[in-house]
Amino acid sequence: MTLLAPRRVIKPVIWVGQLLAMLRSLLPPMLLSGLLSAPVSAAEFQLNDQCPPGFDKNAQGLCILYTLYDQYDSIEDAGVGGLTSSLPRRRDGFRPEQIDLGRYLFFDPLLSASGRLSCASCHHPALGFSDGLGRSVGAGGAQLSRSAPTLWNTAFLNSFFWDAREKTLELQLQGPLYNSREMANTPQQLLTSINASANYQSLFAEAFPPGDSFASAGTATLPQIYRAISAFESSLISLNSRYDRYAHGYHQALNTREIKGLNIFRSFVARCAECHQPPLFTNQQVAVIGTPEPPGMPLDVGAQTTYGSERLKGAFKVPTLRNIGQTAPYMHSGRFATLRDAVEFYTKGRGHAVPAGVVLELHWHINEPNLSELELDLLVDFLKTLRDEQFTPAIPSAVPSGLAPVGTLPASMSRAGLEQHNN
Amino acid sequence: MGKILTGVVMVLAMGSGYTLAQQAGAVTPTYSSSPGASYSGGFRSGAPLGRAPRAVAKQSAQGAIHTVTEGQSIQRAVERAQPGDTVRVMPGTYRETVFIDKDNIRLSGVIEQGRWPILEGDGRLHDAILYSGNSVVVENFTITHYKGNGIMGQAGNNFEIRNNIIIDTGVYGIFPQLAKNGLIEHNILSGIEDAAIYVGMSDNIHVAHNEVFDNVAGIEIENSRHAIVENNFVHDNTGGILAFISPGLPVKTTYDVIIRHNFIVDNNTANFGAPGSTVSGIPAGTGILLNAADQVVIEDNIISNNKAAGILISDHANAAYMTLDPEVDPNSDQVMILNNMMTNNGYDTTAEIRAVMAAYSKQGNPDIIRVGPSKGSCIINRHRYISAGVDDFATCKFSNTANITSYLLKEPAPARVISPSEQGKYAYLGICSGCHSYNGRLIGPPIAVIQAMYNNNPQGLADYIAKPVKKRNDYPDMPPQDYLQPEVRLAVANYLLSLTH
Repeated sequence: MTLLAPRRVIKPVIWVGQLLAMLRSLLPPMLLSGLLSAPVSAAEFQLNDQCPPGFDKNAQGLCILYTLYDQYDSIEDAGVGGLTSSLPRRRDGFRPEQIDLGRYLFFDPLLSASGRLSCASCHHPALGFSDGLGRSVGAGGAQLSRSAPTLWNTAFLNSFFWDAREKTLELQLQGPLYNSREMANTPQQLLTSINASANYQSLFAEAFPPGDSFASAGTATLPQIYRAISAFESSLISLNSRYDRYAHGYHQALNTREIKGLNIFRSFVARCAECHQPPLFTNQQVAVIGTPEPPGMPLDVGAQTTYGSERLKGAFKVPTLRNIGQTAPYMHSGRFATLRDAVEFYTKGRGHAVPAGVVLELHWHINEPNLSELELDLLVDFLKTLRDEQFTPAIPSAVPSGLAPVGTLPASMSRAGLEQHNN
Repeated sequence: MGKILTGVVMVLAMGSGYTLAQQAGAVTPTYSSSPGASYSGGFRSGAPLGRAPRAVAKQSAQGAIHTVTEGQSIQRAVERAQPGDTVRVMPGTYRETVFIDKDNIRLSGVIEQGRWPILEGDGRLHDAILYSGNSVVVENFTITHYKGNGIMGQAGNNFEIRNNIIIDTGVYGIFPQLAKNGLIEHNILSGIEDAAIYVGMSDNIHVAHNEVFDNVAGIEIENSRHAIVENNFVHDNTGGILAFISPGLPVKTTYDVIIRHNFIVDNNTANFGAPGSTVSGIPAGTGILLNAADQVVIEDNIISNNKAAGILISDHANAAYMTLDPEVDPNSDQVMILNNMMTNNGYDTTAEIRAVMAAYSKQGNPDIIRVGPSKGSCIINRHRYISAGVDDFATCKFSNTANITSYLLKEPAPARVISPSEQGKYAYLGICSGCHSYNGRLIGPPIAVIQAMYNNNPQGLADYIAKPVKKRNDYPDMPPQDYLQPEVRLAVANYLLSLTH
């Protein structure tokens, strides 16, 4: 299965798409990004009026998501539990043009003050919409304090950031946009630069036509920018992994080792599934599990700040495990290089990595499962079945600002980092 | 104030948690032993009164029977079984984890002259029986020495778990989670380090005629609604019957629970729960424990010889090992204590509970202790009990729950299937649309091109989907979609051929 499925056909550069389709079968996907960053200056931009894969365009022209999990229900509509439970409530209903505009914005470094960082600099499709780094790198090479979460299946989430401090995608994305250590932009500067682009002016007008509840007269607005990026992020759906095929009843989709791994995952010894509940592999709660920070980094108090309670010191949102094999390193500050290290953390004893003198109210599922080496290996085997990148959108060959799409690549996509990641 | 739910004796200081003014003014006892009005309950089952509770529909046709004898694998038989079939397990010892990821399977042990089928975990295997399918029955097994749970259900609706002996096994004995409509009856459970029977995040549950002893918690209804716990023999646990909201879970409520006609006696076993577990703070000698659960009826139980207290009503603030959940209402509200036979409780209670008694200027050994807020609660015949914290409860306007046979559904929860007419669309959008669009070129050829080839031949297309062959050199190979059921493949083919844009 190819990794970077071109999602849309952009007519003026259709030959690029064809070329890439051939190259994709020959090259590791990460090499493509370098190719794609070659600017195509004369591109004429046109928004796709068809919905992305997984979505159907309804009579109002809005994209509605259909998933095989829609055939199930769940207790209290919580969207968790077992193999055949429904998903949590999702964000959908965007115009296809808004989704496609969001794709351009997402890959356009124009959104950062420096003109070098795009959303994809930390959420790159070739790295599971993360960046392959323990802690992300922001403006001017600043080392940030947390890792970039994957964007797969964000449509289903009800809180954002590791500390769960925002409740919508629109609010979340303003964090990195305006944080002086991240993209370091300002609302005024962002608007000015977007509206200075004739390409963007026509694209915004197309995405927000008269009658659209976000329509504006003449110039792009901040809510339009936020909505378009949120629309694009909501279109990143990963629900057709080999695990999903098993869940829907095709038991041959997993091999014997993987099924053993599944049974450990959902057992009440390892208890992984108690927080990483299918079908999303997160129950969307915050939990104190007591993972260590990288050497030299002070303890991150996490959701203590969000909820203003010392009892939540060190609490972080339970992350999804979908495409988890693609997003090393692991935990909120990337302390664990491999999945094996990450799962091993849970069997080394309740609170074993809590620094001396720090009191954490550890989650009650953090216990002493005493898993064997083989069981840890089987867990990793199972986790790798949660991979599905079939709906990966294409990185635009050019973005409306004329800057190189993506801008600065994640540091892990250097040659050395690439080899390590592929191992 | 020290936490009421902890085995550790804390240095006590009076906090502001108790409103001593609440006991001002004498409460006139209500003397009522004659039948009064009935509680209407929180759920209308619609099932006839008095009918034996049942969660799985009667089979319309007899399925196949797959018999397993000692030396064979139960799991292999489960894999062979089709929905509606029975896996019959003969007496003998079986060392395996049995998992049932399909609907409508009856896993039925055969007991011959006292010889049982035994699932033996050797302290090494994780769970004995795991199921995720709907309408699963598990009956007549002895389960022992597993590290995890005896029987664990994950979002399997309409379950029946009966006649099992589960001893000295892991964390929970019977643990259905995230399920609707289930029956747990006639099981014997002992030696479980957390709850012997633990109903988690579920709706419409009936727990009856079980014997649970020598566990940390006997029966626990947690983050669940519409549950009845009746006619159980609950003895020699640390805590007998619990109704809880545990923090940090995606389902945030427990309400409409009836605890009636149980023997809850001698629950004085020292707490051997795992450090940090939510039950590890239960004082040894607790008959019934409510923590943050709402609308709980306690009726006609025999609650005796529980040394800490007969009934303990608490909230999260008073419980050690309850982490903070900002989305949970932490109080036990609308508690309804009807007639109960209570004697000789609280005779060797904890320092924290003695402090509560002292705070209310109460003497003697407590039958009922309430700490933390409890809005809208009521009690009848309160004069019978030695209590602290319930004097300001109203008098209940009813005396019994005789109008409620069970909270199980009249008809089982419907099977989770998609209508055949919609199946094609869901599968097309969920899977095919990643590689095919109507006119444009994605990974694979456009739909319009496929339509031209397979016009009026959906079966041909369905067959191709299952086993594609290379047709075009300028396109990558299509992966087989054989994981879709044949009828789904045909539905996809029909849908795909009907697309117009």
